[in-house]
Amino acid sequence: MLRPKNWQLWLLLLLLLSLPILGGYAWLVVSSFNQRVHGLVPVGTWSLENWQFLWERIGRRPPIWTVMINTLLLAGGVATLVVSVSSMAAYAISRLHFPGRGVMLGLVLVLHAFPAVSLLIASYYVLVVLGLFDSLLGVILVMSAFLMPLGVWLLKGFFDGLSWEMEMAALVDGASRWTIFFKLALPLVAPGLFAVATFSFLVAWGEFILPYTFIVSGRTWTFSIYLQSLIGDTEMANYGRLGAVGLFYMLPAVAVFLLGQRYLLTMYSGGSKG
Amino acid sequence: MSMARLAHRGVPLQLQGLSKRFGSVQALRALDLDIQTGELVAFLGPSGCGKTTTLLLIAGIYRASEGAIFFGDERVDALHPRDRDVGMVFQSYALYPHLSLFENIAFPLRLKRTPRTEIDRRVKQAAELLGIAEQLARRPSQVSGGQQQRAALARALVKEPRVLLLDEPLSNLDAQIRLHARGEIRRLQQELGITSVLVTHDQSEALAMADRVAVFREGQLLQYAPSEELYDRPADTFVAQFVGHPPMNVLMGTVENGAFVGDGFSTTVPHGCPLGMVSLGIRPEDARVGGSLQARVSVIEPLGREFLVTCRLGDAIVQILSTERPEPDSAGMVTLDFPVERLHVFDADGKRIMT
Repeated sequence: MLRPKNWQLWLLLLLLLSLPILGGYAWLVVSSFNQRVHGLVPVGTWSLENWQFLWERIGRRPPIWTVMINTLLLAGGVATLVVSVSSMAAYAISRLHFPGRGVMLGLVLVLHAFPAVSLLIASYYVLVVLGLFDSLLGVILVMSAFLMPLGVWLLKGFFDGLSWEMEMAALVDGASRWTIFFKLALPLVAPGLFAVATFSFLVAWGEFILPYTFIVSGRTWTFSIYLQSLIGDTEMANYGRLGAVGLFYMLPAVAVFLLGQRYLLTMYSGGSKG
Repeated sequence: MSMARLAHRGVPLQLQGLSKRFGSVQALRALDLDIQTGELVAFLGPSGCGKTTTLLLIAGIYRASEGAIFFGDERVDALHPRDRDVGMVFQSYALYPHLSLFENIAFPLRLKRTPRTEIDRRVKQAAELLGIAEQLARRPSQVSGGQQQRAALARALVKEPRVLLLDEPLSNLDAQIRLHARGEIRRLQQELGITSVLVTHDQSEALAMADRVAVFREGQLLQYAPSEELYDRPADTFVAQFVGHPPMNVLMGTVENGAFVGDGFSTTVPHGCPLGMVSLGIRPEDARVGGSLQARVSVIEPLGREFLVTCRLGDAIVQILSTERPEPDSAGMVTLDFPVERLHVFDADGKRIMT
């Protein structure tokens, strides 16, 4: 391990700078396990009261496990869709010379720079017309569409790094374009696929505006809607419970991040060859 | 021993009026070429001369703009690469980095849905033939460059192709292994009797390995001849200077009264040499020290077995190979002789005249 001189000093500096955020997390943990807190100092006794949402419904809200499954479906669906569609698009843009390739490349870039929120109302109409309003599938489609440009650009970089001679060799060996794509190109850009999948999953997991706009009924609620409802308008917010739900909401994301972080690191360094 | 079991199904290869354009660039012009069964032909030329383009046309990676390709009696230029039945070795070897050498070699067989036991048998046989049987479980990045090259060759041969295409297969190897691999490939090719095309920019490789050599320049075939003929009777000044090292000396001048008059010197030419502007060629090893031509020595380089002498003859620079160290006089002059029977005469356009 290579360490700079005075690494302890740097570490201290970093800790100091991250103190507000670390303090926030500490507050989440402390407040969720106590009846009341005064700042970071617990008041009263240690309690699991705030975690009751795990085994019973809170008010008329859907059970947390339904919400959990919905959110997993949303994030998993988005990750799957983004990876499968953008990998094919990226391969085509990287390898095939079709008419309109340049235009498409430019458009993808423009789309990537386009703020998704400005299309909120338009997407709403499209979903209503398609009969996908108030369904997870509708949100998955819209979210995937917004994440696709990034996926295409990232994966194009990975595919660009593959050798042309290898593909020629495969053609001579008797492979079709599809065989090359599935058996050679995809396995070789696996780090890129995982990176895009992890990234899309995390973005979809944390997304609020789209589910909040396109989902109404409780049975399709996702975590972010659930969380928002706790700060809601009709009752006093229970911050202990809010912290508990927030922590619970965070756990899968942390797990996915830990599993996928080494791929996320390769994301911006382009195509590494297997 | 196991050689005979790798069936050889070599066919003659015929290219007729083959052309390839990329947009407005003419990469290959109306190429006609015949390769006999079991022959190894080298495509030789500088980069961008059309030799690799031709190879990729034969493989089916590129589609010809015009012309036809025949494997035996079968016309193949409209076929997909997989239906052409060629084996190819690339300059970078182009192995599949995520697969073991075994899977690399098995790849073409798996695509043909060959039965598992036969795949096993044929991969091992090919690996043994090339001496990489011990490395089959490893990935390409875990073996040496020479072993990668052998694996690439095994992959090309395992499907028992009708034609073997080699695109600069040796240029990524260290100089020492290269000489060895050169002999290995040639031996294997001859024993399997497989019709082969070797693309190279290294003239010594082409001369050493091939039965016949095709020299390309700017998309055009300049000469197609056996190695010795290419060397002894080059069709034009380009071939004359591209083949052979150090290159042939080519001197500009005119022929008058049975003598070649250059820039500040003159020498005897063969009988029947036409009058007017010509280029006179003499190989460095054919010129001799001691004669009637006065030349000023600029450098003498000992090459071990002989000396490379660079000198000025009139305004021209001439290189000669001499077994003895020449002794320049106090003015730095030596005398040279160009034996008449060793001279090559080219016309003003550089084409060979006189036979």
